[in-house]
Order: sequence, then C-alpha cells, then structure tokens
Amino acid sequence: MVKPRTLYEKIWDAHVVERRPDGTCLIYIDRHLVHEVTSPQAFEGLRMAGRAVRRPDLTLAVPDHNLPTTPRRDAEGHRIPIADPQSAQQLAALEANAPAFGIRYIGDADPEQGIVHVVGPEQGFTLPGTTLVCGDSHTSSHGALGALAFGIGTSEVEHVLATQTLLLKQSKTMAVVIEGELGFGVTPKDVALAICGHIGTAGGTGHVMEYRGSVFRDMSIEGRLTVANMSIEAGARSGLFAPDEKTFAYLQGRPMAPKGAEWDAAIAYWKTLHSDEGAQFDKVVVIDAADIAPTVTWGTSPEDVVAVTGLVPAPDSFEDASKRAAAQKSLDYMGLSAGQRMEDVAIEHIFIGSCTNSRIEDLRAAAAILDGRHIASGIKHAMVVPGSGLVKRQAEAEGLDRIFVQAGFEWREPGCSACLGMNPDKVPAGERCASTSNRNFMGRQGPGARTHLVSPVMAAAAAVTGKLTDVRELLKDKEGVVA
Amino acid sequence: MEKLTTIDGRAYPFGMKNVDTDIVIPAHWLKTISRAGLGKGAFEVLRKEPGNVFDDPDYAGSPILIAGDNFGCGSSREHAAWALADLGIKVVIAPSFSDIFSGNAFKNGILTVVLPQENVDRLMEVAKTDPIHVDLEAQTVTTQFQDRFAFDIDPFRKQCLLGGLDEIGLTLDQADSIGTYEAQVAQQRPWIVPAVA
Repeated sequence: MVKPRTLYEKIWDAHVVERRPDGTCLIYIDRHLVHEVTSPQAFEGLRMAGRAVRRPDLTLAVPDHNLPTTPRRDAEGHRIPIADPQSAQQLAALEANAPAFGIRYIGDADPEQGIVHVVGPEQGFTLPGTTLVCGDSHTSSHGALGALAFGIGTSEVEHVLATQTLLLKQSKTMAVVIEGELGFGVTPKDVALAICGHIGTAGGTGHVMEYRGSVFRDMSIEGRLTVANMSIEAGARSGLFAPDEKTFAYLQGRPMAPKGAEWDAAIAYWKTLHSDEGAQFDKVVVIDAADIAPTVTWGTSPEDVVAVTGLVPAPDSFEDASKRAAAQKSLDYMGLSAGQRMEDVAIEHIFIGSCTNSRIEDLRAAAAILDGRHIASGIKHAMVVPGSGLVKRQAEAEGLDRIFVQAGFEWREPGCSACLGMNPDKVPAGERCASTSNRNFMGRQGPGARTHLVSPVMAAAAAVTGKLTDVRELLKDKEGVVA
Repeated sequence: MEKLTTIDGRAYPFGMKNVDTDIVIPAHWLKTISRAGLGKGAFEVLRKEPGNVFDDPDYAGSPILIAGDNFGCGSSREHAAWALADLGIKVVIAPSFSDIFSGNAFKNGILTVVLPQENVDRLMEVAKTDPIHVDLEAQTVTTQFQDRFAFDIDPFRKQCLLGGLDEIGLTLDQADSIGTYEAQVAQQRPWIVPAVA
C-alpha cells in the first residue's frame, strides 16, 4: 500500500528534479512573480554572469511597493514623475529589466497592475498544485489556491530566473485545524491574528501549514487568501488550502488559467490534491472557532493579539523573561499602559489595503459599515488602497468608492502603500493607525508609527468612532449587514 | 563568494528576541539597486538608543553577532543579510532563525549558528569582555574559558561556505535534468509548464 501523503508532500514529490544523498532536492518552480524591490540585484547578477532567464514564460513582473497611490498619468496620459528619485530608479530598473529578459510586464498604469499577491490569483497565474515563488514573504498568500508558494531572497530570485529551480530541504508539516463556525463580526483576518497569537511568530518556523477544518472549508477564496497571507507572520513560509469547488469556480475564465480540454484535465488533477486519509502531520494545532473574537494587536509583533473587548496585558503576565522585556519595550513604543481598555485607544489614521485585505470582499465589508456614516473628528487621515486596478474598477462599478469618499476616506490607486511606507504613504511618528495590513513591527508604517492590526470591518468601525471599537456594536445598529 | 572557514573575534552581545528584518534594515533602505553600502542602515532604529551595542566602540567591527530566538523573522528582504555583511558580520549565533533569513544569510557567506539558549546566554557573557572562536570545519564555537559548543549545519551549505561556491553555477551543471523534468511535465500537465516553442 502507498503511504498516505499530505498535500504538501504530494506537491513536493511532483516537483523533485533531483534528490541528493543528504536529502536536499532540486525543486522545479512553476511560477515566479517579480517586483521592483527585490529584483534589481538579481538581474544585475544575471548580466554580470552573462546568464539568461530560463523560462520567461513562467515569470510575471509587476511593480507595487514603491508606486505612489496618487494618479500616475496626467490628463494627457503623460507619466507624472515620481518625487523620490530612489523609488523612481527602482521602478525604472524593473521596467527596463523585464523586456530585456523577455518577461511579461504589467506596467504602473495598466488596469491589471496591483500588489503581486492580488494580481497572481486574479490573473489565474497562480494555480493549484504549482510551486510559486516571489521575492516577498507574503507569497504565502497563494497557498489559498493550493499552490506551494513561498517568499525568497534576492539570491534565490536570481537562482530561479537562471535555472527555474531552487535547492531546498523538505519542510515539516503542521495542520492548523479550526472547527465550528465563526461568530458574528468575526472575519478571516481575526482567524489569522488568532493563529499568530496562539502559536507565536516562530510557531510555524520550519513547517508548511495546512489549514483544515470547517472554518476554512466554509471560507471564501478571498478569506483564504487573507489567512494564507499571514502564515509567514506565524513563522511558516507557506500555508496551504486543499483546492475545492470554490477554488475551481474562482479560477474558471481567469486570463492565465487553463482553457478547454486543458481545463478539464487540470480539474481532474486538482481533485487529487488533498491530504490522504491517515496522512501524518509533524504538528497539529487545534483552535476552537468559538474562541475567536474580533481581534486587535496591542504590541509590535503580530503575536501580540487581544480581543477588542480586552485589556492591554501587563508585561509581568508573561512567563518567559525575554517576552516580559519585549512586552515592556512594545508598550513603551506603542504608548500604551498595562490594564488599559483596548476600546479606549484613540486612533488618528485608518489604512484599508495591503496584500492581506485589499480585495473586493474586504472593500465591500468595510463599505457596508461606512455606508451612511462618517469618520470621527479625531481621524486625521483615512484611506483605501485597492489591491489592484481590477479590484478598484469593480469597487467603482458597485459604487463602493462613493461610500468611502462620502465617509471621509481617500480613494487611491493600487499598491503596497502604507503597509510598509516605501512610497509616500506613511504614518507620522507617535501617531496611531488602525491598519488592515499584516505587520505591526516598530517603524513599519513609518519611523515611530504605531500600528494596530485589524480586519477591514474593524478598521471601518475605528474610523467611525475614532478609537478601537468592537464592530459588533455598530453591526447591531445596522440591520441586514453581515460582516 | 568569499570562503568561510574559521572566524575569530569579538561579538556584539545583542541578545534581542524576535528581531524582524524591518529592525535589521528599515524599508526606506530597500530602494537601492545595489547590494553594497547597507551597513549604514543596519539596526537604524535601535542605534538611536543611547548605549546600544552597535555604536559601542568596544564592539566596533565585530565579525560575530549574538541574538535571541527567532532572529530575522518577517520580511524576506535579503537586504538584511547584505546590511549585516556590510557591517562585517560573518557569523550570527542565536537559539533559532527564521527560515528565509538563514537561507539569505548563507547565500551571502554568513554562517548562522543555532545553539541552545543556555549556550547563547553563556556566549553573551563572554562576548562582553573576550573574543569568540567559530570553526566551521569542526562545527564548534569555543572560547578561551574552555567553553566548547558543537552545532549542526546542513552538509551542502557547509560545503558551499567552505568552498565559497556559486550555487547558480552548480545548478546550471544540472541543466539536462531540468530539461528532462520540463519535457515530462509538458507531456503530463502542459497547463503548468508548456513545452518550449
């Protein structure tokens, strides 16, 4: 009898080009996404060695990190220059490198442009059972469609460009099982934050996660993208969802998805991509859906989570001495004190966007809270940055942009934006942002910026009240709205 | 890549836990299109704090960095490894590393040594006054006080570091196997890897 295998082991086995005696494998890479920040040195390396890109047809380049989210073309269609010369230089490098190496390039003003991790699934570039890499840690997102997807460094980007392979050791496997039903107002983002809180930011190190259980089966593809996106925040380079009917329905008709007879063959193959009955995981983590509340972060690590109805924890409450020291440092940085109610924390900035939460369902959910309401007087700046040009168009077709603008938000062009502030979108030092992004690290949204990670509906709720707020309270006043 | 065999010298007794790569090198330093010169931005935020180890003249130019658990978590930016290399760091010792960071470090000739917390604590003590010796061939970290800690390392990575080998060049020697694999997938699942026209 064949040994039962996990989904990860099946995808791994199908991609081994060569196995070395020490267990290291040369793994074939099916899809490679390239953006402007982590690729210039890789292209420079190829040039210096006189090497070509082995499979430009399996590679897709999209600028996202540095692009301003203000208009990129003037009324005559001319490019509006980018103020920061270094950002401009990095963007120009990708724009030149992609055609020079024969790689398809989606440009800054193309309607398909967006954050690589939004564009890949949207275009059908990301497919179940493929290996997909990108020089960006949030590549884990693509695991939502059943792709073994992980972030790589620039040397590995160069290695993939030149050889279409990577030398890898097989990871351990971790099943993250959540059964039950999510409570009222609890979203996939809260699930992702709960996992980080439960296992810690190093909990998944060395492992590939597989999300299992009814909560994940019931989740939409966009919700799964949010959860898989934050696998890396729990230490796992990849997080997988077994492809199912929802996955197939999502992919059908996407521009780069298979068509016709190939589509039928693909579906037949994709249906084999699940962990076998009896397959063993190296670790199993079980969380009860009923224990997950609308969640916020209080500190400077994504594991620093608490229910929005909770209190800022006391550093002494942690068993580990180094965690106690880290918690104190976090509270000093965040300007919070132990025992403070999270719902009393006033917010000055709202950011709805990033590869975690900038898809159409995220925008619909936030808009449903904001419809007929306005941002509080204490909010200095609120903005929505759609994940791609196509998301933006769809939202505009549904009138969501008008809801955001009427509520006092700015409606921007797509990109990574204030998630990491490589473009002009930053949070000023000492000011506080309710952000739908993925990292609350010190200085992440700008030097001295204070980040509270939240779901899109929680960001909308904070915008309306001017402080961290339990969105369920606002939902109660609004009949017929489901988060 | 430069060969790495033994490293002898002072070590930064840093010790911080969960150091993410945003701390190692903040995002505004990522706008460069070159690998060089990032040492200036290394630990920028921490260096604003008085008394930080990186600006302490006692440790200036140390080739070894001692850190806490989960060093290099977060963003995949290889700039973190480039920044450390530019600072002159050849070895990072910690109880654990993020997977992406340790891969990036190796590709830039930086050895990541995983040791139990108690050994790391001991080395933090020694580092305040005395040098530390790392021997990659023997896979040991030693001090002049009879401390001797053995560490594990992936044999392939060890060979690459000792020989200063170019991984891409090594893989390109396997081009035939890669071609065979591609042809096979083009037959079985052409929607994933089409045949090359």
